[in-house]
Amino acid sequence: MAEMKTAAYICSGCELGDKLDVAQLTKIAQKEGKMALVREHAFLCNEEGVQMIRDDIEKEAVTHICIAACSRRAKTEAFNFPTVAMSRANLREGVIWVIAEGEQHDEVRQEMANDYVRMGCAEIKKMILPQGNPNHAHNKRLLVVGGGMSGMTSALEAAEAGYDIVIVEKEAQLGGWAAKLWKRVPFKQPFAEPQDTGLTELAAKVSAHPRITVHLSSTVAETSGAPGRFSVQVKGAAGITTEEVGGIVQATGFTTYDLNKLPELGGGKANVVDQAGLEALARSANGATIKRADGKEVKSVVFVQCAGQRDETGTHLAYCSGHCCATSVKQAMYFKDANPQVDTVVMFTDLRLPGMGEDFYRSAQQKGVIFTKGKASAVEASGDGCEVKFRDLILDEDTSLNADLVVLATGQVPNAGVNLEAWNPIVTAAEGGSDEAKQQKIEMQKTSVLNLNYRQGPDMPQLKQGFADSHFICFPYETRRTGIYAAGPVRRPMDMLQATEDATGAALKAIQAVENASIGRAAHPRSGDLSFPTARLEGCTQCKRCTVECPFGAIDEDERRFPVFNESRCRRCGTCMGACPVRVISFENYSVDTVGMQIKAVDMPDEFSERPRILILACENDAYPALDMAGLQHHLYSAFVRAIPVRCLGSVNTIWITDALNSGYDGVMLMGCKHGDNYQCHFVKGSELANYRMSKIDDTLKQLGLEKERVITHEVAITDNARVAKLINEYVEKINEIGMSPMKGFN
Amino acid sequence: MTVQNQQAVARYRNDFLREVEERVEDGEWVKMCMQCGVCAGSCPLGNAWQHTPQKLFMMIRAGKREEVLTSDAMWMCTSCYNCIVRCPRKLPITHIMHGLANYAHRLNIAPKGQPTREVAKLFWNNLAKTGRVNELKFSLAMYFKDGFVQGIKNAMAMQSVGLGLVKAKRLNPMELFGGHKCKDTGSFNKMIAKAREIEDRKKGFTS
Ligand code: SF4
Ligand code: SF4
Ligand code: SF4
Ligand code: SF4
Repeated sequence: MAEMKTAAYICSGCELGDKLDVAQLTKIAQKEGKMALVREHAFLCNEEGVQMIRDDIEKEAVTHICIAACSRRAKTEAFNFPTVAMSRANLREGVIWVIAEGEQHDEVRQEMANDYVRMGCAEIKKMILPQGNPNHAHNKRLLVVGGGMSGMTSALEAAEAGYDIVIVEKEAQLGGWAAKLWKRVPFKQPFAEPQDTGLTELAAKVSAHPRITVHLSSTVAETSGAPGRFSVQVKGAAGITTEEVGGIVQATGFTTYDLNKLPELGGGKANVVDQAGLEALARSANGATIKRADGKEVKSVVFVQCAGQRDETGTHLAYCSGHCCATSVKQAMYFKDANPQVDTVVMFTDLRLPGMGEDFYRSAQQKGVIFTKGKASAVEASGDGCEVKFRDLILDEDTSLNADLVVLATGQVPNAGVNLEAWNPIVTAAEGGSDEAKQQKIEMQKTSVLNLNYRQGPDMPQLKQGFADSHFICFPYETRRTGIYAAGPVRRPMDMLQATEDATGAALKAIQAVENASIGRAAHPRSGDLSFPTARLEGCTQCKRCTVECPFGAIDEDERRFPVFNESRCRRCGTCMGACPVRVISFENYSVDTVGMQIKAVDMPDEFSERPRILILACENDAYPALDMAGLQHHLYSAFVRAIPVRCLGSVNTIWITDALNSGYDGVMLMGCKHGDNYQCHFVKGSELANYRMSKIDDTLKQLGLEKERVITHEVAITDNARVAKLINEYVEKINEIGMSPMKGFN
Repeated sequence: MTVQNQQAVARYRNDFLREVEERVEDGEWVKMCMQCGVCAGSCPLGNAWQHTPQKLFMMIRAGKREEVLTSDAMWMCTSCYNCIVRCPRKLPITHIMHGLANYAHRLNIAPKGQPTREVAKLFWNNLAKTGRVNELKFSLAMYFKDGFVQGIKNAMAMQSVGLGLVKAKRLNPMELFGGHKCKDTGSFNKMIAKAREIEDRKKGFTS
């Protein structure tokens, strides 16, 4: 590697020059920052300014630059120098836009800017230009597990985009659930009549596609590798075939909720079917009047919505499967279309018909389907049919209805494979020698879909209710296994139309993943990032914290229990770096040192100065932009804070906090995304882990003899612009209350 | 049970919704109600009634024939049209209200002595005789609808208003004797009879 040559560029545009003493900043960059080259410019992001930097890179062989101007999130196109390492000192959004105007603030404002320049210089000296993942692989084929509506759509979409596809389907034919339907809910104008599923044509198209290979009656026996180089053992009737692929779409769909679990609603009794059962009856009727299993023509039918769903007692499914209202509307039409004299009642508590479902609902009403707002309490055999007892929620009375047939609208149960939360303790017990646990593990493994040989278990992590975890709010297609994307009802309950969209989305994400992997770049959300974590294994104590805490299962273990990083599976969140107690994990451009040196670079006023210093570690995805935006909207905050962006709160190593407190900071604020079931953390578990680690920081504080308020954590959303300023100001007040840190001046 | 009512029950058995669809003005709209309750919340008088429009429509679908037709709710509708304006399903609720009232009246099972119904009857009888509304006779009929003694009391109470109207030439006491008529009362009566015949045919009262 070429010799490091540093340079700092200080901009005086955007009023920086009016509000700050730029000459002083320059001096600091030279004297304290020890930058080999320091230049001022009146308009750094314009062509001339940028050209000046380019010239230095070319002619002066500058390799590391610190730009002291606006936020790292601004002017990224101008300040784009891919051949050098770069840090940014945020003087605009971070200082002059948030610190009150007026002479009386000149001094603290300047102090703040000085510190940011010191920090930028300290950081850049520890950075290395990322070289990209050396272990990248180029396989761009995609595996699609599941050949139903979602799977076939994914396969076809990706094949049409020019990628080779392997489909593994456990049944003997393609089609999945959709193939078992008589008709589907309309997805085209005028949304009034049930439509053909089009499944036969779709399956034919998939089978005939030159880019698609289909394995029927097959399952996945083992998956190993990483994006760009997955190796998949496909188990079929004829034995095992190995398929090499670059990415995977898991479209394994759902199973219907077990009717036998609903005896109170007649589940398991004669003349009571679920929606799947009704589809079967409709298929055999083939457009004529629908007959029951005993051959009797159905003259009256009651659909009981939400059967075993939206259950608040904890016995059945807690969620709404979303499609079943429209499905019942469709099925009621099966009866009305064959014979308008059939009495059809749909019993609902709320009718949920998303999309164009409202038109479909109206069309059913036109056909004379009766909608009754009521809650069924029991379905009992009565005469030749059933009696549905229910509470009429409009007329507010207990009453009943008789019908030849009752259809229960039961929910979708995802086929997501092994639940890792249950799996991991069993593995630990099995490794501890328990025979029972070993047996349990074998049984559990049989239910796996992907059979990943990952350290963290054989399937994708699940969130709630057994659905594959994905970032529900912002990035629904992203799962927690890089290169593997969930599509369709395995990700969340949904109808066919939504499943098609979902499948298309997942196919695109899989394509993006293989493309990124083939050039050694990170996938979402640091898409394009070339840095990757490495560990100095000679220092590793084999504590397993990194392998267990990585939210994406990217780290395996070798025979000696040392961590093995799979860079292409890694999302570059830095959670492993935050976890490592001996701090041997780092990225080229982000490490314990790049942040640690910034913390130490701050000039610490003494205990009697009445100028506290508060460190903010802000998640770069939400909290740091919120801080920037606070600046943009001129929500003023205290000049005593020093903010450092971090990749994720999960990457915060507690050493930063102890170092900060030891070197005299009066308080530390951590700002990250919401965690828990409705998390917004871009790395899923990062903020949760940080929160957990911080709950343990109290002991450290006690040892240091410090108040526990000296470290606080806040959940900050990207929209919290005003709030973030308020939080800072409140905290500064709090620190003033408890007083300056007694740790100042010891080092 | 009145004869008309017996015939209706025999004809529609338990299918009250179909009965309403065929025999009540705008009754075919009832099935389109989605039970949102907006009408019930919009009706300025709704909470003073026995049943809101929303409930009436649900009762029709639930086959509660007796309860619907004997309800006095639809008689209370003031035709303010609030509900029609707001119904997301565009049901002509006000018209259905009056349709239901009219149907219950025809079957003669509407609540006896229901004030709106009584006033409507007096008005119709007054009008149908001559083709003109005889205001004097109509007012007197109103005064005396609850009996002779009450009628005298009502008339005394309104005395000064009445005299005032006479003085202002807004009320002709001679109207009490015969009163003015339309030009051709015979044809007028025929016209009304024809209209009734058409309606009866349309609504299936005559086979
Ligand atoms: S914790 Fe984050 S940075 Fe570390 S290996 Fe896992 S995904 Fe990569
Ligand atoms: S967290 Fe650090 S010490 Fe522990 S296994 Fe990982 S690299 Fe080794
Ligand atoms: S507003 Fe219309 S749709 Fe809603 S309850 Fe009333 S009649 Fe039904
Ligand atoms: S029109 Fe009649 S039913 Fe409708 S809101 Fe007015 S009073 Fe109520």
